[in-house]
Amino acid sequence: MSDKLKLKYESYRELPITPLIKAGVSRLVETPWHLHGKPQVNQAKCIGCRLCWLYCPEGVIAVKNGEVEVDYARCKGCGICANECPVKAITMVLR
Amino acid sequence: MAHLTIEELPSEEYYMPGNALCAGCGESLAMRLALKILGWRTIVITVPGCMSAALIMGASAVPLLVGPFASGGALLSGVETALEAKGVKDVNVVAFIGDGGTADIGLQALSAMVERGHNVIYICLDNEAYMNTGGQRSGATPLRAATTTTPGGRLFRGKLQPKKNIPLIMADHEAPYVATASIGFALDYMEKVKKAADIRGPKYIQVLCPCPVGWGYHESKTVELARLAVATRVWPLYEVEKGRLKITYEPRTPKPVREYLRAQRRFDHLTEEDLAELQKLVDEGWAELKLKARSAEE
Amino acid sequence: MPVSRFIDGNAAAAYGVKLCRPDVVCAYPITPQTPIVEYIADFIARGEMASKYITIEGEHSAMMATVAAASTGVRTFTATSSQGLAYMQEGLFYAAGSRLPIVMAVVNRSMGPPWTILAGHDDAIAQRDTGWIQLYCGSGQEILDTVIQAYRVAEDERVLIPIMVCFEGFVTSHCYEQVIIPDQEEVDSFLPPYKPPYKLDVEDPMILTTFAPPIHWMGYKKKHDEAMEAARKVIAEAEAEYAERFGRSHGGLFQAYRCDDAEAVVLTMGSLASTTKVVINKLRELGFRLGLLKLKSFRPFPREELKQLLGNVKAVGVLERNYSVGGWGGAVFLELRSAFYKVADGPRILNFVAGMGGRDVTPLEIEAVAKKTLRAAQEGKGEREVEWLLGEIG
Repeated sequence: MSDKLKLKYESYRELPITPLIKAGVSRLVETPWHLHGKPQVNQAKCIGCRLCWLYCPEGVIAVKNGEVEVDYARCKGCGICANECPVKAITMVLR
Repeated sequence: MAHLTIEELPSEEYYMPGNALCAGCGESLAMRLALKILGWRTIVITVPGCMSAALIMGASAVPLLVGPFASGGALLSGVETALEAKGVKDVNVVAFIGDGGTADIGLQALSAMVERGHNVIYICLDNEAYMNTGGQRSGATPLRAATTTTPGGRLFRGKLQPKKNIPLIMADHEAPYVATASIGFALDYMEKVKKAADIRGPKYIQVLCPCPVGWGYHESKTVELARLAVATRVWPLYEVEKGRLKITYEPRTPKPVREYLRAQRRFDHLTEEDLAELQKLVDEGWAELKLKARSAEE
Repeated sequence: MPVSRFIDGNAAAAYGVKLCRPDVVCAYPITPQTPIVEYIADFIARGEMASKYITIEGEHSAMMATVAAASTGVRTFTATSSQGLAYMQEGLFYAAGSRLPIVMAVVNRSMGPPWTILAGHDDAIAQRDTGWIQLYCGSGQEILDTVIQAYRVAEDERVLIPIMVCFEGFVTSHCYEQVIIPDQEEVDSFLPPYKPPYKLDVEDPMILTTFAPPIHWMGYKKKHDEAMEAARKVIAEAEAEYAERFGRSHGGLFQAYRCDDAEAVVLTMGSLASTTKVVINKLRELGFRLGLLKLKSFRPFPREELKQLLGNVKAVGVLERNYSVGGWGGAVFLELRSAFYKVADGPRILNFVAGMGGRDVTPLEIEAVAKKTLRAAQEGKGEREVEWLLGEIG
């Protein structure tokens, strides 16, 4: 089964017998909603507690080599990470 | 049992972003954390609700079956039995179902599944209303909360019935493991999910998932509110194992209930008298729980 | 060695299921189906059947647990009647839409109110739009043979549609007769192990039953309908092979009796066919050129095959145990009439609504039905197109 969600078919005959998709394909969709802005991380202030990673509802925060990285293409901008950071190292920056 | 630490948690994700759930969705976090701890050898069951909308569009990286609204318990039973027939071992069969599909339309199937003793985990993602369809009341909507079918205001006073206590109902079914959890206490929640996975039989966990749209608060406060619910003792954290109740977190200085209620627009219509009454009910509920816990210790 | 046992229709169904070795059986008791689930529980308890058995708490859950088990890639069986069938209707759409080859015994009982526990086909007929194949049986032997053929047809990759094996409550389900139970080995060679088209598998994780956007949705239904059409051929094929291997036939899509030179034919389903056969034989002795068409497959409705067979007949009297209130006739009558729409020189088609709520249909009544059909054949018109057999046959 292909990763790609097929939206276009030549004819109905190409459809599978029932809608089936490979698990996990929603990761191919981008949701850069940034509702309350984009989370900017002050790496100097960061104490590496990982609470931002833990509490992100979408799992778009990764901590690599002590650095907090945000997948901005999939960040909805809820601001939970900024709210939970114990040292206020994350600021939600509106455009 | 040693408590889970954040460093021990696996980095793999089995819940994908790119779904259409609201920013700051409590259920989203609950789903992500549970799948993280359960791992890839997991089959997920769900029924219509906020989470099913995300999962069927591919947010689940593990196999998923969706059934009609009332069928959660039945689907779990069927999958578990089929795996047994095939001799497939060490696969978690887990349902993630909202409070509607648990307390109301799905209660029969859940109750029967537990009574039959299937080796499955049932996780109720509790956002306290039928949020996926706009926020109609469910049996799990708390007392006096405003929903679209129980509006709060001058003439109406929100939901007039108390929150149906599904965890205690499940404990009375003699389910081998029952627990309440909150995404505000993420590690505690994940520990409970892991514990459930290691026990044989039907396990029930109800995790409180605040909903910014339905409850009326700023999206960034989801986790904070989930913590506040526990700190005010509105949502106590406990587990029931083999009929013995144990409180898993006791707030040293409980916060006043009003702090929790005033933080959500769904309780805006409450008067000072209402707040006092609800504080009294929470205090009484807590005292009862302590009594149960004490008698369990004896 | 095949054995011959004196058993009732429900037991015949249970023996048929036993021979097909389902992995999971999940059914809720309801009169007159209850003995089926009891016989199966007994077979399992005695170690004669290796299936897992879920003592489910209701029919809606019964169908959904069966769907879930089938989605995990195993052969399944369930059974119900009437009220239970209606209660699980949501699940019927689910099973058919998911294209799962579930086989279900439906012991036909009329839908209440008015309350009854007795025979009528209206329960299964009311579910004809759910997308299931419906095969109607008239005897214990036919039930056993049909259950085995049903798995073969349902699991065929050209079909992949769930099948209802229907038979009347009490009249057939509780009626004892000599039934030949074939050899397990013979059935194993007729029915290959189940190969699921898809399944829940952690090694190949998939999302089942996901959403279909508007531009696709009808395409899935069209494919389902095409599989139904293909099923007509598969049903006939499976039946022919079964007849050759096991030495007995009840007809695949239908069974025609003395229709070749008939002027008029009585068309019916289930147990009424055997009574009608007796009547036809008697009237033939008196010189009336009558035939019997025992329809077995109601869904898919074999319209092409029936058009061909009944094309030269002057009148068909459809005798059925169901009626669609507010329509104009019973379901089989409506389908047959529709099949012959605009066919030049097609037969006159009459409808006789009978035997619902357990009402007995006597040979005398069927004789009147046959004679009225014959009169319509000879005079080119019927007295009434739709007639209810309520006891006023003149």
